Amino acid sequence: MLAFISRRMAAAAAMLLVIGTIIFSLLIIVPGDPAELLLSTGGGSASAEAIANLRANMGLDQPVLTQYVTFLYNTARLDFGTSIVDNGSISSVIALRLPRTLEIIVAGTIFALLLAIPAGTAAGLRAGGKFDIATSAINALLTSVPGFVLGTLFIYFFAQILGWLPAGGYVAFATNPAQHLQMLILPSLTVGLHLATIVFRMTRASVLEMRGHDWVRTAVAKGLRRKRVVRRHILYNALGPIITVVGLQLGILLGSTVLVEFIYNWPGLSGLLVSAVEQRDYPTVRAVILTVSTIFIGINLVIDILSSLLDPRIRLQ
Amino acid sequence: MTAAPLLDVQNLEKSYSIGRSGLFSKRSLKVLHDVSFSVAPGEVLGLVGESGSGKSTIGRAILRLIDSQSDVMRFGGQDLNSISPARMRILRKEMQIIFQDPYASLDPRKTIRAVLSEALDAHGLHQGAARGPRLIELVTLVGLDPSFLDRRPHEFSGGQRQRIGIARALAVEPSFIVCDEAVSALDVSIQAQVLNLLADLRAKTGVSLLFISHDLSVVRYISDRVMVLYLGRVMEVGPADRVHFSPKHPYTAALVSAEPSLHRENRRIRLTGEIPSPLALPSGCIFRSRCPYAQPACAETVPPLQTVGDQHQSACLRTDIL
Repeated sequence: MLAFISRRMAAAAAMLLVIGTIIFSLLIIVPGDPAELLLSTGGGSASAEAIANLRANMGLDQPVLTQYVTFLYNTARLDFGTSIVDNGSISSVIALRLPRTLEIIVAGTIFALLLAIPAGTAAGLRAGGKFDIATSAINALLTSVPGFVLGTLFIYFFAQILGWLPAGGYVAFATNPAQHLQMLILPSLTVGLHLATIVFRMTRASVLEMRGHDWVRTAVAKGLRRKRVVRRHILYNALGPIITVVGLQLGILLGSTVLVEFIYNWPGLSGLLVSAVEQRDYPTVRAVILTVSTIFIGINLVIDILSSLLDPRIRLQ
Repeated sequence: MTAAPLLDVQNLEKSYSIGRSGLFSKRSLKVLHDVSFSVAPGEVLGLVGESGSGKSTIGRAILRLIDSQSDVMRFGGQDLNSISPARMRILRKEMQIIFQDPYASLDPRKTIRAVLSEALDAHGLHQGAARGPRLIELVTLVGLDPSFLDRRPHEFSGGQRQRIGIARALAVEPSFIVCDEAVSALDVSIQAQVLNLLADLRAKTGVSLLFISHDLSVVRYISDRVMVLYLGRVMEVGPADRVHFSPKHPYTAALVSAEPSLHRENRRIRLTGEIPSPLALPSGCIFRSRCPYAQPACAETVPPLQTVGDQHQSACLRTDIL
């Protein structure tokens, strides 16, 4: 087990290095001089002096190899440099905004799992039954509605008509916990509902597959209670693919909550990325991408370890 | 039989629906027709027939692992047709099954210890300190090493898995076990070992067996009585040696003659043609399309089971031949 984990961790570290290298290379490969490009936003070109200043500031006047080593060294220390736009520390902006995005994703995921796993199991156990047909139809409908439509509908319904929840905005938890949680509900629901449709389908298919195995019949023949057959045998075996899908979706969510954050005016990481791209704030873009990829790899590592705990056969492969 | 049977089944039928023929009418395929039999306490009833003859279906129907229709299905005085799921679950301590496919019938995520413990836990047996010795006793009983307890199914060979399945069925000390091709997946030397194990157990504990197999010699070795099945119908039933040495049904005779033997005096009876599709069965006797002795009369009536000797019945009109 220890060998398996260290093997996976080594692979994850190698992957991080590759990603870091690619992100670093982008700046080199991109045609034109980044500093010149940055300063020429107004249409006219900047003075040679200003460009040289910025180049020195960004370290672009150094040899590529030196730049690369400096970049890796700083990244390892979680020092992403300063933003070109406001000269603020990128690390502290990320440290401020990342938890907000994670909050939405974690709350949405918990909601999705609580909703989709029981529903998917029930639908899979009685595939073709009334519950299955009804939930699968609702599921298909929800899958095909994009998050921003759902978000807008939620605002209209819960905020405008019913007036139960605020339409958007953000208040720090420390300032007003109740209001913070209230504001968290709609964004999490929007993110979670979409994830739930994916988890539902996976759970249903997986349970349906496991249900037909001979060892399920063995479990029944042993004289086990139905609840135990479903939980300890069917669901336990069905969990593998579900965990994998949730892991992948979590990674994707990290980069794609942008619309939800935008709709609900939630100042998270995605918003930072969008404004950084708009303002050609290269160091910030680089830092956000690195952060997201690192978390993605981290999630995958956790999923791998979880799967191997669930199914020891994986360790051998 | 004089003693009250442990298991009594009358007119067992099973149909599967197989899609629709018209817009509203569902087509169904009957795989068991009027199968009646009983098993006495301590008795071994062998069930033989080719693939698709309904052998496994009977075993599973008795254990209520699949739904079926029957006039009577009683086990140890309990009516299995009207039993509640909760009572049935408790009754499973007495009625166990050894499944055919050792690869598919064990949960891949569970260690052998968990597989066996779960069976014991389900019926509150050998709790606490008695558990460990019991598990060791069980695996030793089926000829496995106690160190195997903490391994999972994928670490075993087919024969070892089958023995785990047997240990699982024996764990709760049932009074009746359905052995659904329990030894077919094993090589011959282990087959003999497992058969002897089952025979020993029966002598020791008085367990009844419904021994399902396509291998006539295996069935004859372990069974008191043998029932021969063809396309879901009983062709012949009687004491094992009688059915084997003086079969009264042409189908049984053909099966027996097909069995390899070192010293055979009579020639092999070759059946011609394919086994008919269950969707288009011949009229009258279902075996007539392949029967060497078929007459026009065989197409007209379904031959009933007639007594042809002591406890020996056969469903053939041509009692004059055999």
